[in-house]
Amino acid sequence: MGLALLAIIWLITFVSTYFFIAQTWWLPAGMSAAAPAIDRQFTNTFVSMGIVFVLAQCALGYVVWKYRDRGQASEKVDYSHGNLKLELVWTTLTAVLFIGLNLMGSTIWAAERFAPAESGAVPVEVTGMQFAWYFRYPGLDGKFGATNPKLIDPSSGNEAAIGLDTNDPASKDDVVTGTMYLPVNRQVDLTLRAIDVIHSFFVPSMRFKQDAVPGLAIHMHFTPTQVGDYEIACAELCGLGHYKMHGMLKVVSQEDFDKWLATREAEKQ
Amino acid sequence: MATTSHVHAHAAPQGFIRKYIFSLDHKVIGIQYFFLALTAVFVGMFLSLLMRVHMIWPTAVLPLVGEIKPETYLSLLTMHGTIMVFFVLTTAPQGGFGNYFLPIQIGAPDMAFPVLNMLSFWTTFVGFVVIIAAFFVTGGAPLHGWTGYAPLSALTNSGPGEQLGADLWITSIAIFCLASLMGALNFITTTLDLRAKGMTLMRMPLTVWSWFITAILGLLAFGVLLSAGILLLLDRNLGTSFYVPLVVVNGQVMGHKGGSPLLWQHLFWFFGHPEVYIAILPGMGVASQLLSTFSRKPIFGYKAMVYAMMSIGFLGFMVWGHHMFMSGMSPYSAFAFSLMTMCIGVPSAIKTFNWLGTIYKGRVRFHTPMLFAIGFVSLFVSGGLSGPFLAQPVLDIPLHDTAFVVAHFHLIMGVAAIFGIFAATYYWVPKMFGRMMNETWGKVHFFITLIGTYCIFMPMHYLGLAAQPRRYSQFTELAYLQHLLPLNRFITYMAMVTIAGQFIFLVNLFWSIFRGPKASDNPWEATTLEWTTATPPPHDNFGGHTPVVNNGPYEYSVPGAPRDYIMQNDPGMGTAAH
Repeated sequence: MGLALLAIIWLITFVSTYFFIAQTWWLPAGMSAAAPAIDRQFTNTFVSMGIVFVLAQCALGYVVWKYRDRGQASEKVDYSHGNLKLELVWTTLTAVLFIGLNLMGSTIWAAERFAPAESGAVPVEVTGMQFAWYFRYPGLDGKFGATNPKLIDPSSGNEAAIGLDTNDPASKDDVVTGTMYLPVNRQVDLTLRAIDVIHSFFVPSMRFKQDAVPGLAIHMHFTPTQVGDYEIACAELCGLGHYKMHGMLKVVSQEDFDKWLATREAEKQ
Repeated sequence: MATTSHVHAHAAPQGFIRKYIFSLDHKVIGIQYFFLALTAVFVGMFLSLLMRVHMIWPTAVLPLVGEIKPETYLSLLTMHGTIMVFFVLTTAPQGGFGNYFLPIQIGAPDMAFPVLNMLSFWTTFVGFVVIIAAFFVTGGAPLHGWTGYAPLSALTNSGPGEQLGADLWITSIAIFCLASLMGALNFITTTLDLRAKGMTLMRMPLTVWSWFITAILGLLAFGVLLSAGILLLLDRNLGTSFYVPLVVVNGQVMGHKGGSPLLWQHLFWFFGHPEVYIAILPGMGVASQLLSTFSRKPIFGYKAMVYAMMSIGFLGFMVWGHHMFMSGMSPYSAFAFSLMTMCIGVPSAIKTFNWLGTIYKGRVRFHTPMLFAIGFVSLFVSGGLSGPFLAQPVLDIPLHDTAFVVAHFHLIMGVAAIFGIFAATYYWVPKMFGRMMNETWGKVHFFITLIGTYCIFMPMHYLGLAAQPRRYSQFTELAYLQHLLPLNRFITYMAMVTIAGQFIFLVNLFWSIFRGPKASDNPWEATTLEWTTATPPPHDNFGGHTPVVNNGPYEYSVPGAPRDYIMQNDPGMGTAAH
């Protein structure tokens, strides 16, 4: 029985670890400026926790087999109530490891969330609703026009869906779309809103996730570094259509971005 | 410190109803809680099976249930989580085994407040009936998840199931909170006031410590959830705006104004995080008790174990914000919550080291309860080590609300806690029902469950890394999820096998209760007080006398002793005791 336990615990440990190391299923490739730092912190955590995992499981499997009851052949049981020195050693080691990891990650978090977006970032407002994402660009005046909850009409889509108040001069040139366009290598200055329930704006390839909360306008930023199409998911349970609340982020060159925006502006006139 | 107990003795009841239904005997109430949790766990498990089936065969028409729609999937998910967390993980270890064995292990004839004890069980029972009723009302069960985030949960038109079903859901939780508060008061008072002579705090079995600390957590946590729940009911039914700002649902402007969706999250997780420890602490106590008993060796670092549980309980109230790193809460507070969360990993690690230290140089007997205790340690390590990932706000960016989180909490507070419950069941059923459980089938059940649960939950980490969001009923809409389908299928197959394996346990349990070989008073050669009395124990637990405690709880293989264990009420062994 001891041997069976040892074999099974070790097998579970090695098989589980193999798929982590082989990266058979892994994070989607990171395509934003923050991705390398986040991924490095992930790797550091993964390596240290992985070592503890393998050591602890192997030790467990080993001691239950090694110290199994073998009747008369058993070694004498060590009558002991513990060892204070050992307790202090592993308490200190664990504390250093855990708190150290935590502090290493904090600087990345601070860079992501404490600093406001840099000047010159592309302003985009993201609005979540059951079950769609809308993206608003302020247009040439650089100002988002007013919205009015009474004007919200989700079935009409785009401008009407977020309740854009067309009487406000600032909203005349606002562009609202269901697909997000961003120029590559420029920071985006996001304002996240939700009109009904909580949604979460999740772009795995950008290593970006943030809840959009009714009543709050949450400011965030990230910088895409590769041209391409990236899927946007909703990561906060928002109702029966949660699983199909998705969008597309198209990262294009600055030139193509300008062209796209100009076309959309022209359509509005 | 310890006092003799004689105040609350009540005569053994005679009629069937007073004896088995509205009983004041903590042992009968413990068994009632146990069977309530057993019913609930099979309901909860069945719901999870339907979810897994729907995930990989979305259009399948199932016998009895019909076709599962995406909203039905979310109802299943909500009810699975709520039933498992409240009516299984909180009910079985604390209400069940705690009720039965806490008084006996401290040498008391009953709980401090037997009537309150009965009331708390029947209140829990009503809570269970109410939550089950949510399935059968118009609109069905709510779809807002067991965490019930507002405004989704606070509006009646945010989705199917958000009408009467959601009201029943929150009412049931409020009733459960009341019951748990009553239970917590009883556990705390009993532990402090009814210990037998010589049962000092530092001679209490670690199981008693775990139930005691769990009760304190319950007392502080359930009150907050109860208040939060009442506010939610007001928002839903009386048009208040605690949790709901101005929102527009389906083009309709709702009447709410100025509420804060984050308020609900703060209140919920102020309860919710201690709740995790409410579920796992009794498992830690049982694992400690069993590892020592079946390794024939004193527990390694008894005091460190007690202080570790205390610090887990204490820190457990300061970490709730780690559920909210992506919520829009101040990013500065994430620093503090993250640091405290990493700190709570330290006492958890101490416990793991001490469990290994207990087995080390022992003489391990592989009875079924011991296998589950060993499995508990393995699962605790596996589930625990994903904690330091999720405790870091920066890693929550990719991992929050993905299957990685589902893997983490299922391994640690789901499966590890259930292993604690299984270990306790195989260990104590002989004392409770006077008959041994079948060892062979117990071992078969253990290996199926250990391998099965690892096969279910280990791959969920991979899914989470690959950014599969949790609470998705189907993976058809996002292209990047397509390559994960084979892995999802594998998990569903493994869930079917593991669930089938649980019927081995069920049959073994009932067969053994009625037909198993008779159990002696102390079949495991253990040391704590429940093994000093008759099997099953008489109405007043010790047959008219009160035990006197002379020894610590885990005196195994004491050099020079005539046998390899010294019971707590054996004549004193001098300096070796605590």
